[in-house]
Order: sequence, then C-alpha cells, then structure tokens
Amino acid sequence: MKEVTYKVSIHNPQATELTKLEKKSLVRYIYVGVPTADFVKTYGSDTRIQLDDAFAEAKEIGDFIINERSSMKESEQPLMTVSIKADKDTRMGVIADIKQELRRAYALKISYAATQRSN
Amino acid sequence: MAKKIPQINASSMADISFLLLIFFLVTTSMDVNQGLARRLPAPIPPDQKVEDKDINKRNLLVVKINSANQLMVQGQLMDVKQLREKAKEFIKNENNADYYPKLVEEDFGAPFGMIKYTKDHVISVQNDVDTQYQAYLDVQNELVAAYNELREECAQKYFHKAYKELEDDQQKQIQKIYPQKISEAEPKNYGN
Repeated sequence: MKEVTYKVSIHNPQATELTKLEKKSLVRYIYVGVPTADFVKTYGSDTRIQLDDAFAEAKEIGDFIINERSSMKESEQPLMTVSIKADKDTRMGVIADIKQELRRAYALKISYAATQRSN
Repeated sequence: MAKKIPQINASSMADISFLLLIFFLVTTSMDVNQGLARRLPAPIPPDQKVEDKDINKRNLLVVKINSANQLMVQGQLMDVKQLREKAKEFIKNENNADYYPKLVEEDFGAPFGMIKYTKDHVISVQNDVDTQYQAYLDVQNELVAAYNELREECAQKYFHKAYKELEDDQQKQIQKIYPQKISEAEPKNYGN
C-alpha cells in the first residue's frame, strides 16, 4: 500500500527520534533516489527527484507545492507537511536544493522519512 | 439407543468470516509514515541582503560534516555517538562555564519559578555537498534526541510524569525552556 509507483529506488535511512505523520491528507511526498532498473536506460543512474508519478527537476518543486496546496482546504493549507523520502546514500547537495525550493514555496513543515533503528 | 447430538446451524459462518476478513483488510493501514520532523526557516526576500546575524561565539555550537561523513564539533573531530552528550552539555551549561552559552534567568510561572537557561544558544549544522544523507540524518537525529532527553528530564523533575503524558500547555512551557534551535547554513565545500 504505497501512494505511488516508485520510479526511483529508495532504501530508507534509519533514525530513532521519529514522529508519526498523523493526517495523510495533509502530507505530500517528494521521492529522491537513483532510477530503478527499468528507467536507468532512459534517465541514467544519477540521483533523480520524483513528484507524484513522474521524474522532475528541483525547480519544479515550487510549482508542485503551490498546486498541491491550492487543492487543499483553505483551513488545512498551513498544516501541509512535506515528507522527503530519500535514499540513504543520496548526496546532501540534492537534498539542499530541495530544501531551498521548499523554503521558497513556503512549505516549511517537513519530515525526513526514516525507519526506526532497532538498538 | 444413542442420543442424537443437536446440530448447530453453521451456514452463515462463511458469510460472517468473509465480512470480518474484508473489514480488517480495509481498516488496517500497513504503510506507517514516520519521519524526523523539522521546520525550515522562512525564505529571505530577494531584495533583502543576507546579513550575518551577530551571534556571540559562546552561544554557538558548530557541527560540521565533511564529504567523508566525518564530524567536527567546535573544531574537534568527534564520533556521532558522542554528539548527544556534547549537545546536552552545551544546551544546559550547568556549571556556568564561560565557553558554553550564557545563562539567562527568567520566570516561567508555576511550577517552574525562576530558572536559568541558555536563552540564545544556537546549534549550527553545516554539511558538505557530498555528505551522505544518512550521515546528515544521524546528526539531526542526535540533536533532536538531545533536546528530547532534556525535555524528558525537565518533565520528570517538575511534573513527575513522562513528557508524552503532559498536557499540551505543560509541554509548551517545557519547550520554552528548551527551545529547539538548530540552524542550517547553505552547503559549502569544506575541503576533501
């Protein structure tokens, strides 16, 4: 049961201080990782960003956020959370670009998706 | 003569079990969305100059992560595992050391009364473009853990309860004493 079909392969990073994302309708996702085997031929093996069902550039995040926000109820718009689902081996340069775009679009509530570390 | 055993009519069993099966299929959500919640700073308007906020050196804890995922805290090489203790020491500054943030005394109302706390401390995380995401999250995780542990200690001390079980306004009070101040600079290249 996932939100979309992944076009990038994501191995979740691990952490311990996790909080659950309560309301699913308030959460939007940004996927970051290397394209899966089917797409390596056309998209190469560099880290790519996936928004909804398609590959995207970091620049498109702003429009994506604004679009998604306008489709939400006005009262819920400030509560929007963006969950960044990135592969654990991603370089921070890509993440930093995404963060800058999110700041510019005023999507300041973010969550770095991770799985619970068992220790 | 053998006694006849009365039979139970079980024809509706299959229907009931199917209904139950479908009910649980629909109601369970398998994908739990968990993550490290953070808040980004508001963007700087394009016409405004980036001004370097003047932060007193003792109020600043600089954590740098280089491209090989090594950690440098206040100019010293450090393991991620030690970061939590270091951060807690820094945020608390129990001994009023002059190389840790300045203590400010303020009244937080009942049941806290006057408390000395490091009002203006800032933890600055700086990472390289080539830093691995997992290493960055590890650092963020340890810093959040440091704050969580301090808040937990505070909750135990003043309310004798776990932080999670406190009322919302009580949690807010504690958050005021230990405000999360993790700042992130733009990524730069810090050698190789």
